[in-house]
Amino acid sequence: MLILQCPCCGVEAEETEFAGGGQAHLTRETVGASEENFEAYLFMRENPKGVHFERWRHANGCGKWFHAARCTVTLEVFGTYSAQTTRPPNEICDKITARRPGWSLKDWGSGKFA
Amino acid sequence: MSTRLSSAGRLLNREAAVKFNFNGKYLQGYEGDTLASALLANDQMLMGRSFKYHRPRGVVASGAEEPNGLVNLGQGARFEPNARVTTTELFEGLVAESQNHWPSLEFDIGVVNNYAARLLPAGFYYKTFIHPRAAWKHVFEPVIRKSAGLGRAPKSRDADRYEHFYAFVDVLIIGGGIAGLQAARAAGAAGVKVLLIEQTPHWGGRAPVDGAEIAGKPAGDWIRDTLKALGKMPNVQIRTRMMGAGIYDHGYALAYERLSDHAPDNDLPRHRLWRIRAGQIITTTGAIERPLSFAGNDIPGVMLASAVRDYVVNYAVSPGDRTVVVTNNDDAYRTALVLKEAGLEVPMIVDARPDGGGALAEQAKALGIRVETGTAIAKVNGGKRVTAVEICPQAGEGKSMTLVPCDAVAMSGGWSPVVHLWSHCGGKLIWDADHAHFRPDPDRPPLGADGQGFVSVAGFANGAMGFGDALRDADDAGKAAAKATGGTPKRSAAPKAVDVEMAPMAPVWKMPQGAGYKLRSKMWLDFQNDVKVSDVQLAAQEGFESVEHTKRYTTLGMATDQGKLSNINGLAVLADSLNAEIPQVGTTTFRPPYTPISMGAIGGEARGEIFQPLRRTPTHDWAEEHGVYWEPVGHWRRAYCYNHKGESVEDAVQREVRATRASLGLLDASTLGKIIVKGPDAGRFLDMIYTNMMSTLKPGRCRYGLMCTENGFLTDDGVVARLDEDTWLCHTTTGGADRIHAHMEEWLQTEWWDWKVYTANLTEQYAQFAVVGPNARKLLEKLGGMDVSKEALPFMAWADGKIGGFDTRVFRISFSGELSYEIAVPASQGRAFWDTLLDAGEEWDITPYGTEALHVMRAEKGFIMIGDETDGTVIPQDLGLDWALSKKKDDYLGKRAQERSHMADPERWKLVGLETLDGSVLPDGAYAVVEGDNENGQRKTEGRVTSTYHSPTLNHGIAMGLVLHGPDRMGAVLDFPKVDGTIVKAKIVSPVFYDPDGEKQNV
Ligand SMILES: [Zn+2]
Repeated sequence: MLILQCPCCGVEAEETEFAGGGQAHLTRETVGASEENFEAYLFMRENPKGVHFERWRHANGCGKWFHAARCTVTLEVFGTYSAQTTRPPNEICDKITARRPGWSLKDWGSGKFA
Repeated sequence: MSTRLSSAGRLLNREAAVKFNFNGKYLQGYEGDTLASALLANDQMLMGRSFKYHRPRGVVASGAEEPNGLVNLGQGARFEPNARVTTTELFEGLVAESQNHWPSLEFDIGVVNNYAARLLPAGFYYKTFIHPRAAWKHVFEPVIRKSAGLGRAPKSRDADRYEHFYAFVDVLIIGGGIAGLQAARAAGAAGVKVLLIEQTPHWGGRAPVDGAEIAGKPAGDWIRDTLKALGKMPNVQIRTRMMGAGIYDHGYALAYERLSDHAPDNDLPRHRLWRIRAGQIITTTGAIERPLSFAGNDIPGVMLASAVRDYVVNYAVSPGDRTVVVTNNDDAYRTALVLKEAGLEVPMIVDARPDGGGALAEQAKALGIRVETGTAIAKVNGGKRVTAVEICPQAGEGKSMTLVPCDAVAMSGGWSPVVHLWSHCGGKLIWDADHAHFRPDPDRPPLGADGQGFVSVAGFANGAMGFGDALRDADDAGKAAAKATGGTPKRSAAPKAVDVEMAPMAPVWKMPQGAGYKLRSKMWLDFQNDVKVSDVQLAAQEGFESVEHTKRYTTLGMATDQGKLSNINGLAVLADSLNAEIPQVGTTTFRPPYTPISMGAIGGEARGEIFQPLRRTPTHDWAEEHGVYWEPVGHWRRAYCYNHKGESVEDAVQREVRATRASLGLLDASTLGKIIVKGPDAGRFLDMIYTNMMSTLKPGRCRYGLMCTENGFLTDDGVVARLDEDTWLCHTTTGGADRIHAHMEEWLQTEWWDWKVYTANLTEQYAQFAVVGPNARKLLEKLGGMDVSKEALPFMAWADGKIGGFDTRVFRISFSGELSYEIAVPASQGRAFWDTLLDAGEEWDITPYGTEALHVMRAEKGFIMIGDETDGTVIPQDLGLDWALSKKKDDYLGKRAQERSHMADPERWKLVGLETLDGSVLPDGAYAVVEGDNENGQRKTEGRVTSTYHSPTLNHGIAMGLVLHGPDRMGAVLDFPKVDGTIVKAKIVSPVFYDPDGEKQNV
């Protein structure tokens, strides 16, 4: 059971206080989108062995959504940050690189940030 | 025979005799006994039968690892199966019976399986019972069910209480042997908050039994002094009878405390589940001795060497008068010395090592014990009890040279560190060839949120094989854990302990080395599940190379003891069969809990009324007093109907519908979701959330709206009222209130975060009642207040005002097709308003109605219900709701998805009404069939029933359903098979059965 810190209210809490919301930083596709892009938006998700960016909601707390950068193998949490951003903040990426030398944001999200 | 010795017994209180009952016999033990030691003291070595072959089973261990001694414990509401005799403390009046036998423990029919053992090899069930199917159902299954199963399920409601505790500590130490005590002392002295737990009732683990001397005094004295020192530390909490059950992510641990198993009459909960968050966890869980694999090693009287000396030293019980010790290491010599000291006979020590043992072996020889090196047990003689062992060279094939009469065998195959907890959360192991065991790899610990290790292991659990090493290791671990959690460790040395010099152990996985099939098929690995050396070899031969596959194929380690004794031996046999090294084969996964924990403890206080909190509307109590038949809807209880005295549920529903349509009905609709959406961008936001246009709704007006997911499927519906220029009130379904509020918040927070909108879920703030029927307006006019005329408050309008003195908000909306007012009042005034409506409505025979009457009336009107007509795969177009999909909007949630080819497919089943030809009610969920089978060999279908009722208004069965080309096939007759094979014929009609022009609701 993970411990996460909600960046909205500052509370550090047990996983049972949060609800997972899947992969972060999806771009909404809608009317006008090609079949391929719309399919990718609805169904295609990263499943990395290692660094991942996820959406979480402080469901049994302040109710706010936020993002977490986490290692799916070791369960290390690199940091949590606002959901109101389209890309992981630099300070989070720097923290990850410090812990995982050689890691780059370019490797995540099917080249979305390449 | 096994008997009570005249010595004191370290853990016994000889002053306090305790009476108990086993298999109907009254027996006597002492305070401090376990059920195992008390049974042995009464010469009851036979304690159960094995799972598969029903072979006689005696106790083999003395602690949590015991695989054989399982009993049905207690009676009635305190009955529990599979209680381990070795961890069951004796108390006055204890009642136990052996299990897995029929008709009796001494004489068991199922033992016939034993003689058929050659016909029941590994994987037998998989191979045999697949075909023919009929034989499985009528022959194999009934027989297996009769003879299988451990214990039986309790029949009564549990009489005991259980609870959960939460604890937050800096350092959690699991295991109260000398290592745990020293670690706690070192961490405690550093000033951090420490919790030390021990699964047994006693501190100090094996050290006192094994004669350790610590800091110049006997282990018992050192333990007492250490406990005293810990008692003086306010930052250290220590608890016995509390097992570390599991370690999970980020320092989370579960512990299982047994508060009153040993004293059922005290006024405490029986068990307590501790949910602990620790900064650092140290496991000092010791090691478990391994059995040796020789033919007949499962015969009652064959025990672990350590267990034999536990029974002698701790409980003054001798498992036998003449005990042969068989070993591959020095430690087992301690057992021979203890037995000799107690005045018991040790006819021989069988040491598989060609060079024999070290200092302890010399002591044994000095006492005159015969020691044979390079030898093995070829075979144990005996049935329900050991009578002799046959001795042979370890290097040979098992040709017997000597017969040694005896009634007990003490075996030791070496020691395996208890690495379970370390492994639960990802700690890795390394193979230690010197001791032939796996131990924790300190470089690969479980990692916490910061990426650093949060579990360490100390003492014998860490592979330290002497008291001095264990204490030093524990002292280091305690200090390191304290430092990692902000403490300041004291500069102090670990206490010193004297350790005897030990000769190296030798790995012996089979005894003798060259044993043939006959012997190997009598060498037990898993005593409870009857898995033998020959079974694992067969599995390997049949291609089960992965240890996880072998486990499942043979059931090795899958019994209630989870292979605590058998796993390493089984692994070694598998590795040998595969010609591989043991570390290459690897271990199976260690999973929590360490030993079984009670379902009661997992449930804790959550039972009965507080199992789940109930949501009650303001009329809940009134309903209870008026014959309500409840329907659970999420956490709510809604009235399904209100039964008059002697009335059936069906009759009540029909009466409620008729009374409402004829005169006046009253519905508690308070559970409907009420979400306020407010702000300059609220209209724009709702245009995205709903498929239809909400921004154009005029203040004072209502509009029915649909919500879809981004996938295009219908997810909720309800009436939206615009309260003022920038405020909307969204009604949702009962089940949808929290979900839809969360859905709105998700989009506002994660996609359109710059839009100026806020939402509030006011569902519980208002009571809302529907006043329905031709006399609805008369009732409101009688109560007086606001103008509710057609002109002032037309259909699909709303207004605030007073009714009968109450502050109300009145909506002219109808889900029944009748003249209808839905009236909201503050929840605190809900009951008073309800009573007022009932009193004033008496002259029109006002009839409260429940959810089923509501459903019938909406179906008569052809209104859809989320969850009936929709199931997560239905889109608005399927339900003929195209009119609610705005063509003027560029975008809304689900719009793009509904453009996908599958969504526009003309073959999609569409909503129609169904009317049975014979007037009966169609079965719910029934399918309409057509000739022919599909590619799966199933009957082809062309539609299904989504809602079905008896209509009291029309006096015949009505239904709604989704049908292929349905709306184009009015009048066609479909076949709906029933479960009994007969067919109901139903005609496709319009789904609006009642008042198709809506004249009644619009008056
Ligand atoms: Zn929060």
